Amino acid sequence: MIPMEHYLIVSSIMFFVGVYGFITRKNLLAVLISIELILNSVEINFSVFNRYLYPEHMEGMFFSLFGIAISAAETAVAIAIIINVYRLANNIDVRHIDKLKH
Amino acid sequence: MGFTVYIILVPIVMFLFLSLGSKWLKPRTAGIIGTAGMAVSTLLSYFTAYRYFFVEGQQNGVYAKITAFTAEWLRFGDKLHIDMGVLLDPISVMMLVVITTVSLMVHLYSLGYMKGEVGFQRYFGLLSLFSFSMLGLVVATNIFQMYIFWELVGASSYLLIGFYYTKPTAVAASKKAFIVTRFADLGFLIGILILSFNTGTFDFGLLTADNASLAVTTMSGGSFLGLSAATWAMSLLFMGAAGKSAMFPLHIWLPDAMEGPTPVSALIHAATMVVAGVFLVARMFPLYVFAAPDVLTLITYVGAFTALFAAVIAITQTDIKRVLAFSTISQIAYMMVALGVSGMGGHAGEGYTASMFHLFTHAFFKALLFLGAGAVIHAVHSNEMENMGGLRKYMPVTHITFLIACLAISGIPPFSGFFSKDEILSAAFQHDKFIFAVLWVVAGLTAFYMFRLYYRIFWGAERRYDKHPHEAPAVMYVPLIVLAALTCVCGMLPFSKFVSSDGAPFSAGINWGIASASVLVGIAGIAVATWFYKKASDRPARAAAKWAGFWDAASHKFYMDEVWQFVTKKIIFRCVSRPIAWFDRHVIDGTMNALGTMTEKASETIEPVQSGKVQTYALVFVFSVLIITVGVFLL
Repeated sequence: MIPMEHYLIVSSIMFFVGVYGFITRKNLLAVLISIELILNSVEINFSVFNRYLYPEHMEGMFFSLFGIAISAAETAVAIAIIINVYRLANNIDVRHIDKLKH
Repeated sequence: MGFTVYIILVPIVMFLFLSLGSKWLKPRTAGIIGTAGMAVSTLLSYFTAYRYFFVEGQQNGVYAKITAFTAEWLRFGDKLHIDMGVLLDPISVMMLVVITTVSLMVHLYSLGYMKGEVGFQRYFGLLSLFSFSMLGLVVATNIFQMYIFWELVGASSYLLIGFYYTKPTAVAASKKAFIVTRFADLGFLIGILILSFNTGTFDFGLLTADNASLAVTTMSGGSFLGLSAATWAMSLLFMGAAGKSAMFPLHIWLPDAMEGPTPVSALIHAATMVVAGVFLVARMFPLYVFAAPDVLTLITYVGAFTALFAAVIAITQTDIKRVLAFSTISQIAYMMVALGVSGMGGHAGEGYTASMFHLFTHAFFKALLFLGAGAVIHAVHSNEMENMGGLRKYMPVTHITFLIACLAISGIPPFSGFFSKDEILSAAFQHDKFIFAVLWVVAGLTAFYMFRLYYRIFWGAERRYDKHPHEAPAVMYVPLIVLAALTCVCGMLPFSKFVSSDGAPFSAGINWGIASASVLVGIAGIAVATWFYKKASDRPARAAAKWAGFWDAASHKFYMDEVWQFVTKKIIFRCVSRPIAWFDRHVIDGTMNALGTMTEKASETIEPVQSGKVQTYALVFVFSVLIITVGVFLL
């Protein structure tokens, strides 16, 4: 059986790649993908902890499914926002999305 | 006599009706309705005068104060309350007659004079408003009601002076009149407050009862700067009176007020509003005599100086309305002096009777002079004497009526001015020879400047007129004839039988010695004027050149306007207002502005932190979490 730490290493890498991408990417789509990475890494953690620590329970699994559904909805909303931003500003570079500030 | 309240209500109804209906009323209809309303008031006033003087007024041989109507308007406490009502006594009834008569004549005259003016309806509405305020003032039962109407008079006068509101000089004149009288009214208000604080009442009846014993007992103490409360209160009341009645040094507004339409000058600035101050002093007379006799002396000297001062200026003016304005100031000062030299009761109170008598006769002949001047202005379209001369051939009715008024104001018998002026002079003679001498000189000057005016308008070199001057229409000369008739006869009234300081009739005979002295000086004045002005010559110019300095000063009204300008602009504005404004702007506003600026600067400084870029926030967030985590582990 694959030790639990391996899964956790993968999910940690995914999480920090996501955080790094969220902070550094200038394209809104890339930022969105980074957020998905963060979410998915968390879902891996849920599943792994559930499977390894409390195999008789199913809460972690369900929480993962729940998270996937939420992230799907969230992606739909985010894509809609990005399309509207594009219509408004003609690009989706985060450096230019500061209309509400000025 | 409850119907007397309608004398006042009719004009206010007219004012509301004409003002609200000015859009859809035809000018002519509006004028006729306004005049008809005034005629109703006039008839009611005559009826009131008849009832008061011959039927109901006397109680035990003394004319009593009758409160014909009263309603509580505002109550402050158990004792202090303000009523609105109608008080009838000899002077208020006399004033009702004067005001309504002159106002009716002015209404009639205006139908012709103002024909074709823009705002004809508004003009008649304002005349009604003015009549309402003035009538309310004279019948006031208490000093606060009087103050309310006093201010209304000021406001309606402001509106009428500024009737030609597109003309900058008229606007400036109306502002000046309002501000100067308002400044004086501040004194009036403070005087009322001191008076009512000490006596606990506003009511004229209570204040003047029993030789003003209420004021004497409650106000003789309490000295401030060495003067008693009574002296302060009565001086401040006189300040208000001096503002309205154009006493030196508050006279500066009256000559400028001539910018208004001429019938308005006749009504407001000759016959009614400017005598409000005299009326106020007469109304409070027992208080002056018994509680503050020093103020009466002040009134005498201010009046005598003003009479002389204004008469001298009148000689040099070239605008015919301004000559009449200064003449009005001088004559009103005469009335003030008469009150100042008067005592209380019987023959000692002759000055009081004389003052009211002169007010009565002056109202008619001065209104006549103004209306005559209006007819002249109407004919030649100018106020300046240079553009007139030889008009007697073209305007016979105006000429004769104007001459009658000039003779009356010069004190030539048998015209009305002779009788009232003689009474004033004899009252002054009994009181103080010096004051008498001043008034006597003023009488001569009056005759001189009035006949200078008369000759320069109707005689002298004939001008070449572009348009043939013509007599005014009937609606304008009928009032002239009526007023001239009144001027001829009203002097014969046994005035002291009706109006006296204590209400008891007495007979004031003519003092022939003084009468002949005053007639002589009047004739001398006329003779000098005839010598100078009857035919065009260089005599006036030579005389003026001989006295060049004095003439210049007088024709610039002794630089009183400039003095006021200096006092207000250089002293009050620069030394008082400007430092206060500086303090307000820099210290008070400065503190507030500094707080605001500091907040603004602070937020500008920290503003870049909130960049609006989510990635920056996330970065800060992540590093903060890392630092805290590391910190927790290390500690």
